[in-house]
Amino acid sequence: MLPILSIRDVSKTYASGLQALKPTNLDIAKGEIFALLGPNGAGKTTLISIICGIVNPSSGAITADGHDIIRDYKAARRKIGLVPQELHTDAFERVINTVQFSRGLFGFPPNEAHLEKVLRDLSLWEKRNDTIMTLSGGMKRRVMIAKALSHEPKILFLDEPTAGVDVELRQDMWAMVRKLRDNGVTIILTTHYIEEAEEMADRVGVINKGELILVEDKTALMRKLGKKQLTLELPAPLAAIPEGLGGYALELASGGAKLVYSFDANAEQSGISGLLRRLDELGVEFKDLHTEQSSLEDIFVELVRARA
Amino acid sequence: MNWYGVQAIYRFEMARWFRTIGQSLFSPVLSTSLYFIVFGAAIGSRMVAIDGISYGAFIVPGLIMLSILTESVSNASFGIYMPKWAGTIYELLSAPVSPIESVLGYVGAASTKSIIIGLVILATARLFVPFEIEHPLWMLTFLVLTCVSFCLFGFILGVLADGFEKLQIVPMLIITPLTFLGGTFYSINMLPELWQKIALFNPVVYLISGFRWAFYGVADVNVGVSIAATLGFLGLCLGAVYWIFATGYRLKN
Repeated sequence: MLPILSIRDVSKTYASGLQALKPTNLDIAKGEIFALLGPNGAGKTTLISIICGIVNPSSGAITADGHDIIRDYKAARRKIGLVPQELHTDAFERVINTVQFSRGLFGFPPNEAHLEKVLRDLSLWEKRNDTIMTLSGGMKRRVMIAKALSHEPKILFLDEPTAGVDVELRQDMWAMVRKLRDNGVTIILTTHYIEEAEEMADRVGVINKGELILVEDKTALMRKLGKKQLTLELPAPLAAIPEGLGGYALELASGGAKLVYSFDANAEQSGISGLLRRLDELGVEFKDLHTEQSSLEDIFVELVRARA
Repeated sequence: MNWYGVQAIYRFEMARWFRTIGQSLFSPVLSTSLYFIVFGAAIGSRMVAIDGISYGAFIVPGLIMLSILTESVSNASFGIYMPKWAGTIYELLSAPVSPIESVLGYVGAASTKSIIIGLVILATARLFVPFEIEHPLWMLTFLVLTCVSFCLFGFILGVLADGFEKLQIVPMLIITPLTFLGGTFYSINMLPELWQKIALFNPVVYLISGFRWAFYGVADVNVGVSIAATLGFLGLCLGAVYWIFATGYRLKN
């Protein structure tokens, strides 16, 4: 199946000489949720801005639903909705007017039923006649989303969609994103909240210093790079790892009060039973134990540090 | 052609104008009315006629020009500068709207506002001084051409400006003095010969002269030259606006 978004050798070097994006290749499949992760200044917003036509690329080509974003920009842009990171709104406009404006701007005839649905889905219907400046930050964020959805885009970019919003709204947004995906919308989101990507994304891309360093299925990535650890809490601190445990990947933590064993979560044998038997033989006691798996955040931090 | 896009920009801009109708319409009408009271009714009654036209009636075309030139530049520059300042320009840049469509929307709305202001001032002037319009169609043509040209000029200023104060500089420090010195209150034929020649370098002279000819059939310069100058300025502004959108200059990185 052809990708809905195809990025080929796209790079951006600003007039100042700063290379914000190194030559980048990426395909996004129709209907997927793709999370683009990266630290501040990594190039996430630059990449999105190029795709949406806000920033000119220095090189490369992009197609959106088969339309070249430069040669056939009108057809391409009609397919794309963008929710930018910053809350850029027309403060004196009414909610309903700004959404109608967005739909018209993208070349679509008025469709009050669709706009009502969008506003109701975002809990904005009751506020439709309010001026934007009277809304809370969270409500303004919803207005931005409503504007982006007003022209029924096939591809939706969410640039840090839940930055600065409360937990309840974040949960609402996650639910809304899933619903959009169920309706066939392809979603590309950038986020600082790794849990957001972990919760929603089908695939994850990690960008750092303008370079897309990894693109992987989220579950496969966590399976491939995810470490599992067994932590044993000891009744008395140990000064060193007892001899006779050399064959196990062990380390002491919390001043010797914890013995941590790292193992491959995907290996057929974790080695836990052997370790516990060996500890018993050596007379090393423990009062509690638990296991934990590394999160996407741990993986992300590790990847970025490795490239630093 | 994205007519829905053009319509959206046009309506948005007109709605913004109607939200501040007091400032947008009444303010220029009030200040022009004061000019008519002072120079038309009070001082004008003691002045001699110029080219056979009473002084009160003589200043009508110039005063309309004074208002529409400054209002055109202000309205159009503000219209495009506001989204840049507020950051909402991202939506225009990411929308399937061509440069021509953007200009039609923004400059079309700004021109409409200026034409409305011009016609309201004309009606207001009629309350203070009696006059007849000899060439009404030409008067409308000059009015529309001038409004569109200066709205395009204002649009360019709005794109280039990087602060609110810069939006004010051109209308206040350039347009207003040029209009005052361009024959609003006098015929340039009343100036000493050297100053008559210098005045011909003032582009506003041609606008006011052409506009006054449409009113009373008298002009400081040939009406054909006035039309050519107006169309020339219009073409220059159109070229600059096209270049701005084609290159994204001051709009996108």
